[in-house]
Amino acid sequence: MAQRGIREYDAKRLLAGFLPQYLNEFSYKGDLALVGPETDLEELASTHPWLKTARLVVKPDQLFGKRGKHGLVLLDADWDMAKKFLQENMGALVAIGDITGRLSHFLIEPFIPHIEELYVAISSNSDGDNIFFSMQGGVFVEENWDKVVRFHVDVLTGIDGVDIKSRLPGDLGEKSTAVENFIKALWRFYAETGFSYLEINPFTFHNGSIVPLDMVAKLDDAEEYWQRKRWSGLAFPEPFGRSLSKEEQFIKDLDSKTGASLKLTILNPDGRVWTMVAGGGASVIYADTICDLGFAKEMANYGEYSGDPNTEETYYYTRTILDLMTRGIDPRGKMLLIGGAIANFTDVAKTFKGVVTALEEYQQKLQDAGVKIYVRRGGPNYEQGLKLMRSVGGRLGVPIEVYGPETHMTRIVPLALKGAST
Amino acid sequence: MSQNYVLFDRNTKAFVYGYQTNAIQRMLDFDYICNRPDPSISAIINPSRAGIHKAFWGSKEIILPMYRSIALAVKAYPEADVMVNFASHRSAFDTTMEAIAEKSIRVVAVIAEGVPERQSRIMSATAKKQGKIIIGPATVGGMTAGAFRIGNTAGTIENIIASKLYRPGCVGFVSKSGGMLNEAFNIISRNSDGIYEGVAIGGDRYPGSTMLDHILRYEENPAIKMIACLGELGGEDEYRIISALKEGKIKKPLVAWVTGTCSPVLPASVQFGHAGAKADTQKETAQAKNEAFREAGAYVPTSFDGYGDCVRQVFEMLLSQGIVLPLIEPEAPRIPADYSKALASGDIRKPTTFICTVSDDSGEEVLYAGKRLSAVLEDKMGIGGVIGLLWFKKELPDYAAGFIELVLQIVADHGPAVSGAHNAIVASCAGKDLVSSLCSGLLTIGPRFGGAIDDAAREFKHAREADLTPEQFVNDMKRKGINIPGIGHKIKSVKNPDKRVQLLISYAKAKFPSTELLNYALQVEELTTAKKGNLILNVDGCIGILFLDLMTSCKVFSKAEIDEVVRLGYLNGLFALGRSIGLIGHILDQKRLGSRLYRHPAEDIAYMMPSPEDIECKRRA
Repeated sequence: MAQRGIREYDAKRLLAGFLPQYLNEFSYKGDLALVGPETDLEELASTHPWLKTARLVVKPDQLFGKRGKHGLVLLDADWDMAKKFLQENMGALVAIGDITGRLSHFLIEPFIPHIEELYVAISSNSDGDNIFFSMQGGVFVEENWDKVVRFHVDVLTGIDGVDIKSRLPGDLGEKSTAVENFIKALWRFYAETGFSYLEINPFTFHNGSIVPLDMVAKLDDAEEYWQRKRWSGLAFPEPFGRSLSKEEQFIKDLDSKTGASLKLTILNPDGRVWTMVAGGGASVIYADTICDLGFAKEMANYGEYSGDPNTEETYYYTRTILDLMTRGIDPRGKMLLIGGAIANFTDVAKTFKGVVTALEEYQQKLQDAGVKIYVRRGGPNYEQGLKLMRSVGGRLGVPIEVYGPETHMTRIVPLALKGAST
Repeated sequence: MSQNYVLFDRNTKAFVYGYQTNAIQRMLDFDYICNRPDPSISAIINPSRAGIHKAFWGSKEIILPMYRSIALAVKAYPEADVMVNFASHRSAFDTTMEAIAEKSIRVVAVIAEGVPERQSRIMSATAKKQGKIIIGPATVGGMTAGAFRIGNTAGTIENIIASKLYRPGCVGFVSKSGGMLNEAFNIISRNSDGIYEGVAIGGDRYPGSTMLDHILRYEENPAIKMIACLGELGGEDEYRIISALKEGKIKKPLVAWVTGTCSPVLPASVQFGHAGAKADTQKETAQAKNEAFREAGAYVPTSFDGYGDCVRQVFEMLLSQGIVLPLIEPEAPRIPADYSKALASGDIRKPTTFICTVSDDSGEEVLYAGKRLSAVLEDKMGIGGVIGLLWFKKELPDYAAGFIELVLQIVADHGPAVSGAHNAIVASCAGKDLVSSLCSGLLTIGPRFGGAIDDAAREFKHAREADLTPEQFVNDMKRKGINIPGIGHKIKSVKNPDKRVQLLISYAKAKFPSTELLNYALQVEELTTAKKGNLILNVDGCIGILFLDLMTSCKVFSKAEIDEVVRLGYLNGLFALGRSIGLIGHILDQKRLGSRLYRHPAEDIAYMMPSPEDIECKRRA
């Protein structure tokens, strides 16, 4: 559960769909078309007839900004130009900052000629939300940060008591009321649609009405239960340059079906140090320790399992990791750290039973890949769980060292890495 | 509560929202080993059921009341000022808001993960406004050593004893992570005189109370001599502590470590286990925070590995300065082990009340007489084979299993007029359910109806073993005035033979190695039918006798086993089982037909009352 970025397409779709509930005069139609790698463009044009008649904007929609600076925005184009642009750029490898990734999704919308560029953003902190407004929007908003007006909205009292009108720049003139109403409505929309960040930069007035040009948004995915109607059809894409591998997707699906927590990120599939750590807090400390000892580059994954997963879930989780780590063979061997703190309520024996089943299944592959296993864990039924681990080691012919709460939590990290050259 | 900085003491009373029986027992066990005068739980709040909950207090059992709503519980127990809220993420907000609106509730611990950020912020702001404290969401809670624990905090009782949490030490601890709370208790107990109080604020971005909130309480509490905290990358909570350090608001020595130092070398998109654990700016990284702690005068190890040493160093300094006095260690308490756990670990034994040698469902797959159900199916053992396993605990030869199935088919039904079917039908027509109607039919089975199989087997076996000739046997029974069981039928006779008996005999003659007892019985039948045509070997008798022949000749049964089968009366089971098939058919038939209540026609009953004189006489006598 966390704050997750959404596509500009979805952000504008939500805005077009639900802002009018708070602002009658908001007439933005939300003419938007999303193009993915599989999209049939002719079919898209038949369901979105304006594509063939309007002047168009085409831009990547993959949770990264500064698209104009990278020359990835096509402006004032017709449908044929748009198609050509898509053909040229779909699947292209681009570098955005430090991250390189493939372009896979594009947003098409009508081109709005404009001069005026305004800025509005809403973010949250513990005591409330902050609304930022500026008349100097667009790419130069950061350079002109002193022109930005900030309104604080208390989390309990809401926007009603906030004086917006008197603090808006005088230059807005007759648009001042429209902007005030827009800001108030936007905050209500933000608070009631599960947003945790929203930025429209810029927006402009077109034929007297407000039109969003570029939009960035994050949602609090814990709101899913309450927002299931408004969010219907919405997906949380992975950050740019990161696509989920089959295994990561599998664990993500498993995670979504259980009350327990199962997380897996593959950092380096050829890495020799694999971890299977219980607990969101402990897993970070294990990763810290591995990096402290200079093995950051060898660290193959980050992950954690917690919240008392059942035997079957730990079995699948373990099997996924064992499968990944035994695919390639490194002459220097590999290490698996099955770590964790002293559990409060997770049943160690039960979770380790699932781990052991997977270890037995991968006996041959573990031997072939020269895997050494290091275990440290405490908590309910840990004696039984550790006994299970010790006995499986002997049975499988795979070296396994097992430690309990009397041994410092991260002690197995230096034990495992000792002698393994970096 | 005397002081605001005290969250929990030995008299704290709490409600547990949600029927979390394990957590409830853990709280009571903790209370018990701390020698609390009475349990810390006043009542359970369970929206789906009111009533009572039975739990252990040491080795005794006590009753906890259970209410459907917070309001009712609060009314009954105004002295309870804590609510441990196990409501799911969907209802955590509503229940927490309801609880903090109650005047008597001061602290709410919210366990649920996945509470939306806006809801968390509203809960937190509301609580602050009312001077109340929320711990969580997304946490295991916290505890005050020797006084009170929230839910599952600090895990098992063994762990509580190992970390000496049954009596206060001098260290106040706070972390984000609930999982690390317990580990920290372990580390701190090994490197100091132990925990005074420990709280995990939860891994979400907007916790109801912050690490600083708790550290400031620890600072005020004179029983706490040193403070330890374990932060995390992401967010700015740690900087509030650092500011407080710089402003002199925290004077007690503070040991601090911020985890997540690995994040700069990992891809930016990795989301750690906690929702709040993501550094959006350089300032939010673990490195920057650790450095800032160090600059502000906190005791900061070089890595998490050094955390315990750092605690020890500060503790020993306080000890040498006389700020902390050496603790006189009380005797470690004991708690009775849970029966199931002690049994699993082999620490105790107890004679069992039952023995079962027939089937075993304790493993992954049910066993019939030791044979896996899937193997039974793979071997196509059939109903006969299964009866062999479950009744006789033997794998029978195919022809024996086949004989059992033949018997079941033959006795399955014999029309609606026979006693058993009649009674089942009458019960069904009276509106009784299937099982009751079936029982009504089955209860009719006895010496005169279907229940003569065992008796026939016993008598013929006895006669044969006593080497009686058929004539001697018949005469012997006559002398005793006993009808020979298995001989005689109401309507079948020599001229109207029972087809069922013929089918059984022809199967046995074809498949059994020997039918010696049958041959003997047929000689007996010759004698009895000579006297009266309907004194034939009936179906009960035939089944009983052939079963003995089967057991004697198939080489699977010992003599003692055969004796036991006869003595214990196995064989009537064949009729009861087979006829159940027919009885169920009749019962369902009547239900389908919508039959009305059966009443026997009065003209079919001869009413013959005793005369008035008879009764009078008897009464006077």
